[in-house]
Amino acid sequence: MADVKPGISGGRLSQSDYAVNFGDIHPPLDAHEALVESDRCYFCHDAPCQVACPTAIDIPMFIRQIQTGHPKSAAKTIFDQNIFGGMCARVCPTETLCEEACVRMEAEGKPVKIGLLQRYATDAFMADGGQPYERAKPTGKKVAVVGGGPAGLACAHRLAMHGHEVTVFEARPKSGGLNEYGIAAYKSTDDFAQKEVDFILGIGGITVQNGKKLGAGLDLADLQKDYDAVFLGIGLQGVNALGAQNDDAAGVEDAVGYIADLRQASDLSALPVGRRVVVIGGGMTAVDVAVQSKLLGAEDVTIVYRRGPEQMKASAYEQEVAQTRGVRIKHWAMPKAVIVKDGKAVGLTCEYTSEANGKLTGTGETFDLPADMIFRAIGQAYVDFTGGKLALEGGRIKVDDEKRTSVRGVWAGGDCVAGGQDLTVASVDDGRRAAESINLFLKA
Amino acid sequence: MADLRSHFIGIKSPNPFWLASAPPTDKEYNVVRAFKAGWGGVVWKTLGEEGPPIVNVNGPRYGAIHGADRRLLGLNNIELITDRPLEVNLQEIKRVKREWPDRAMIVSIMVPCNEDSWKAILPKVEETGCDGIELNFGCPHGMSERGMGSAVGQVPEYIEMVTRWCKQYSRMPVIVKLTPNITDIRYPARAAKKGGADAVSLINTISSIVSVDLDNFAPVPTIDGKGSHGGYCGPAVKPIALNMVAEIARDPETRGLPISAIGGVTTWRDAAEFISMSAGTVQVCTAAMTYGFRIVEEMKTGLARWMDEKGYATIEDFRGRAVPNVTDWQYLNLNYVTKAHIDQDLCIKCGRCYAACEDTSHQAIFKEKDGKRHFEVNDAECVACNLCVEVCPVDNCITMVRQTEGVDPRTRRKINPDYANWTTHPNNPMALKAAE
Repeated sequence: MADVKPGISGGRLSQSDYAVNFGDIHPPLDAHEALVESDRCYFCHDAPCQVACPTAIDIPMFIRQIQTGHPKSAAKTIFDQNIFGGMCARVCPTETLCEEACVRMEAEGKPVKIGLLQRYATDAFMADGGQPYERAKPTGKKVAVVGGGPAGLACAHRLAMHGHEVTVFEARPKSGGLNEYGIAAYKSTDDFAQKEVDFILGIGGITVQNGKKLGAGLDLADLQKDYDAVFLGIGLQGVNALGAQNDDAAGVEDAVGYIADLRQASDLSALPVGRRVVVIGGGMTAVDVAVQSKLLGAEDVTIVYRRGPEQMKASAYEQEVAQTRGVRIKHWAMPKAVIVKDGKAVGLTCEYTSEANGKLTGTGETFDLPADMIFRAIGQAYVDFTGGKLALEGGRIKVDDEKRTSVRGVWAGGDCVAGGQDLTVASVDDGRRAAESINLFLKA
Repeated sequence: MADLRSHFIGIKSPNPFWLASAPPTDKEYNVVRAFKAGWGGVVWKTLGEEGPPIVNVNGPRYGAIHGADRRLLGLNNIELITDRPLEVNLQEIKRVKREWPDRAMIVSIMVPCNEDSWKAILPKVEETGCDGIELNFGCPHGMSERGMGSAVGQVPEYIEMVTRWCKQYSRMPVIVKLTPNITDIRYPARAAKKGGADAVSLINTISSIVSVDLDNFAPVPTIDGKGSHGGYCGPAVKPIALNMVAEIARDPETRGLPISAIGGVTTWRDAAEFISMSAGTVQVCTAAMTYGFRIVEEMKTGLARWMDEKGYATIEDFRGRAVPNVTDWQYLNLNYVTKAHIDQDLCIKCGRCYAACEDTSHQAIFKEKDGKRHFEVNDAECVACNLCVEVCPVDNCITMVRQTEGVDPRTRRKINPDYANWTTHPNNPMALKAAE
């Protein structure tokens, strides 16, 4: 039965409903399913799936290893390219990456379930504990990694493999970055993000200092002095403003912060959610917060996006996930003003939009959506904590192919760098590439 | 609708699909279920001598080779002949034949290689009213260690001798079942014919070890840590059976000898192929053991529809049509030139053709066009080996296209429309020279 408590409230569902709603969205394959699915792979030459993977995992090889009874070898193949293979298997938008490129997509519109097979392999490895890599002989070189998210930890792991001594500085109490504080809960269940962090740190040679934030006691110049190289994987700390009237009213929330609260909540029933929720934005964060609001018991959830379905950064599949869970997506509309009563948001006035010659304008016609809770999910922004030392490009840190910044001895990767795809897998690739570059630099 | 009725050495059956002598035909219960499902006939599981029946192992009897999705491609067994008393089998055979008079009832027999043993069992079998007997000279495991089964089938003189006894001591049509575990199948077939056999059936199973259990280092199926070779059957053996059937069909000494074909028949198409190679009936086992008796429905409807489409009213209308086209390599037309062609609309760009050709064959496939993934045959290198066709996952995407005029871009030789084979080829030192 729908919970119709007005306003913003927790406890909209029974405890068992929370457990069901926030269970694994794609349950893992069992051994039989994995064998059936791996049999479907054609072992393509120069496989399109591998080309489409930002970390260039040898997908045909790992699937063949599953098929021939060695899921742990498969996991090693995956980890060689992507130490976050376990999380990427859960959160990658495979429908726009490897699985979209799968030739069986062209053949019959049903790609090999690469993401689920990757999860099968990495789960098999991680279930037994242990670490697939040994550290090289200690080099005596020290590297500072700022940010314990996917980019930073991927970089740290690869550096540790090469025998360097790594210190990771992480602002939050837990490492993992958006794997831990972002991402919809149903994509990473059972505290997987922390298990993966432990797995990665298991290689040794990596020290994590939590609660250390750049610009708040941690200074780039000091790091440059104390370490042989520095890697910045600091993500995006700023949240874009809504730019609508009254957008500071109570009930207007930042989606990223709300998801972080949700991910850290030990009791989801204690997390308040509006009866009527409106989400502004068109990316994965918008979908994640909208779907989770619905799963927390919101009666009506509407995503408002200023352009059409094709322009949404959330893939068609993600949009479908939202819609099949009862989220309405209102395209071609933008927020105009938050309707406030007694200091609280009670609705949102939106204006219809249209596009002409690539330029988006409001049509002047408006409509109102009732809303107790309005989420901003319109992107995040890079905030400089280095005193303007690093050259920027498009508002983010400028890097070259090897992820070197404009400052010698400083590398950067992940969401904070220009050209970032805001994907876990792309951040992991940045971190690994930077580590290889740093390794060459340190050995020179 | 095509007429599927079969008349094979005087034995009538409503269709040419018989169940082979094997576990599915070991007892009344199974055979009645088979007849209800629509099988045209059965060869009852091999009977042995009167007396205490043989015993089977009490551990696993089968091992298998699987393809994708555990599709069973090859089955191996170490089961022996029937382990039920002779009298029980004879009573059941008699009863089933009486209740199903329109179905073919053949009884498989294997007794020691002496005249008295055969003389003793033949009247008992004949008394059941069965339509004929099949002599099991094929079983390669267990019984062969006791001088029966393939131990007989590997000695043409024994085949001839036993066949002659059977013709001498019974009026039943005699089918001799041949073992493939022999160098040249024509010798046992000739022996069977010489002994007076009405037909041969082939192939029996192939001696095999299907796999090794890597934990115990023992062949599979494993009996208390040991394994013994078994008999291999199923889709994997069809090509071997088809060749052996063809060899007998085109051997001048055995040409016209009726054949009941056995070996990996799984679909109507397999059956049609064996019949086109002169088989009068086909015997099925593994397919039934994999999928159950219902598959005969697909076989019957499939064969009938294909016959209708081709305009064949009866089995005899196409039986043996492929035999004249089986020849020796030396007579193949060396002037016949084809090139592989990839249908770009069907191509899914997996690149398997490229990998196969580039790594293992003739480097005759391009993998790129205008900087894009695109697979196309390079006629200047293509020898038309057909490997790309066989590794392509899409049916009919790659085909062989005949070149009938112009120049072969590979050899730079003009296409010669005339037939010419190795026997007259200039590179052949043994070539037949035209009279000077």
